[in-house]
Amino acid sequence: MSDVVLKAENLSRRLEGEVPVTLVDRASFEIRLGEFVAVTGPSGSGKSSLLYLLGLLDSPTGGRLFLNGIETSSLRDDRLADVRLAEIGFVFQFHFLLPEFTALENVMLPMQRLGRLSRRAMRDRAAQLLDDLGLGGQGMKLPRQLSGGQAQRVAIARALANDPLLVLADEPTGNLDTLASDTVRTIVRDLAHQRNRAVVVVTHDQEFAASADRSIVIVDGRIQDTDAHLPHLAALAIAGA
Amino acid sequence: MNNVVATIAAKHLVARRRQSLVSVLGIVLGVGFFLAISALMRGSETDFIARLVDNSPHITVEDEFRQPHAQPAETAFPGGAVEVRSAKPETETRGIRGYDHVLDLLRAIPGTRASPVLTGQALVNIAGEDVGVTLNGMIPSQVSDVTTISQYMTAGTVEDLDSNSNGIIIGDGLARKLSLAIGQTMSLSADQQVRTLQVVGIFHTGRANYDEGQAFVSLKRAQALFDRPNRVNSIIVKLSDPYQAQTVADTIEKSVGYKSVSWQEATEDLMTTLTIRNIIMYTVVSAVLVVAAFGIYNVISTVVLEKQRDIAILKSIGFHARDIQRIFLMEGLLLGLAGSVLGLTLGALMMLALSTLKFRYPGSSDPMPLPIDWSWFQFALAAAFAIGAALTAAYLPARKGARVAPAEILRGS
Repeated sequence: MSDVVLKAENLSRRLEGEVPVTLVDRASFEIRLGEFVAVTGPSGSGKSSLLYLLGLLDSPTGGRLFLNGIETSSLRDDRLADVRLAEIGFVFQFHFLLPEFTALENVMLPMQRLGRLSRRAMRDRAAQLLDDLGLGGQGMKLPRQLSGGQAQRVAIARALANDPLLVLADEPTGNLDTLASDTVRTIVRDLAHQRNRAVVVVTHDQEFAASADRSIVIVDGRIQDTDAHLPHLAALAIAGA
Repeated sequence: MNNVVATIAAKHLVARRRQSLVSVLGIVLGVGFFLAISALMRGSETDFIARLVDNSPHITVEDEFRQPHAQPAETAFPGGAVEVRSAKPETETRGIRGYDHVLDLLRAIPGTRASPVLTGQALVNIAGEDVGVTLNGMIPSQVSDVTTISQYMTAGTVEDLDSNSNGIIIGDGLARKLSLAIGQTMSLSADQQVRTLQVVGIFHTGRANYDEGQAFVSLKRAQALFDRPNRVNSIIVKLSDPYQAQTVADTIEKSVGYKSVSWQEATEDLMTTLTIRNIIMYTVVSAVLVVAAFGIYNVISTVVLEKQRDIAILKSIGFHARDIQRIFLMEGLLLGLAGSVLGLTLGALMMLALSTLKFRYPGSSDPMPLPIDWSWFQFALAAAFAIGAALTAAYLPARKGARVAPAEILRGS
């Protein structure tokens, strides 16, 4: 079995309109299991657009995307949702936890949708995930009773609920203070290196990007480099971010 | 999976407690009034038909024919170019010929009771003015089989006609007018003869014109009074299943030839009126529920607008568009169910209250309780209509929620 989780071939996303805009222009790269890849570039360069394409939340207007060997651009919406449910975990800049549900219930949601475990097993697994992320004992709290860093860790636990191959994060530290950012950064790195997931993180955070195995640099929708490392990166236009 | 959908739906509604309650209240009132009004209308209709069916013959075999007799020329040349116009019906003594034979035929049909009647007009002199009374000549022992008059007797019995061949049973209205009590005599004129009859029974039906205008004597007395020995002019038939009347009437008419009128045929215009009344009633009470459904639409639309981010996140997790639609339909269903349960309770209480009220109907002399139909069908109909309206109201916002594009919402925040 190949350990390539994600493979993009000339992946493009154009917005049609009076003035057509190319958000992502013929991107080609591969992501492997156990790899922590940062996507960097100036604001509006198409980093997030690329991430939403990789996460099957948006459909490409050109090129092909393979997830675990399956070509995804021909799949119907429901099938895409099923793939997202089982294979992809999302973390956003904001935690986006459902406000009426406790931390534990939020983590259980993807498992309940998948429906493979008994309710008890779901509860145990959700508690274990929260425990692993240093949130033992916080499971019964509602999102508004948690700090920003804690809520973001609950969101990470939710992303891991169905044990996905691929974890995608869009500025996961963008809204956190320094201390909370450190914790989240460590957790995200460990997802790749300790838990052997493929992890793709869109970030402005130079320190975070520097700790990645490599960075994909994107400017104006075009990929400039798929194997950038920080000393090199620092010289690039990332400062413009 | 459906558990998650229901839980999310319930939490959304609980989070907007006040608005949900107001919309449920709308449904509660809608269902309550729908149920109470519909039960009252249905009850009165059933009651009306029951009285109609009880108090009138299910089938009346009359001494006439629907079609004129076929002319000999027509029977001699069937299919020939024969047309006879302006043929005058033969003058004949009215009445059902050989009614014993017809009665035997009728009684052979299972579930029927039949009794011959000779009806005619007689005059009673009250304060110098002749007042018409309809005299029904019946076989006393059979009267109870085909009429309900014995239930309404306030003095004497129908059987007293048997022991007193000059007996007469009159309504209390007529008795009051003539200041008559049981055992007293009254004079009647019919067919240019005057007879003195003795009051052996008095009935009270509550229908004023009946209590003043109808009287019963034995068949023999009527035949003598009207000088029509061995004749009757109608046969009253009661069936064990009154709703078979139309079919049985057709069969009778085919076999005996005389015009046989079922109670449905006799009251066709009333039945049409009842149907129109029902249509009007359901239109009005449905309108209440339709208005209530707007409340539900309002709540769910607000939730869908407010929860765009939650919808987007659920979709990004892997919930299908259909799951999202189900969440909001479920909210409509929950509101509709809550409204129905409470509304049925309210409606039942209103029905209880209504059933204790007594009214004096025009044309009736006794106060009567309002007839209420307690059948489960009323409850089911009200609940089904409310839940249907709630689901319809939820459908549009639910569809809108299902169409939320997650990438746009999540990127936008």
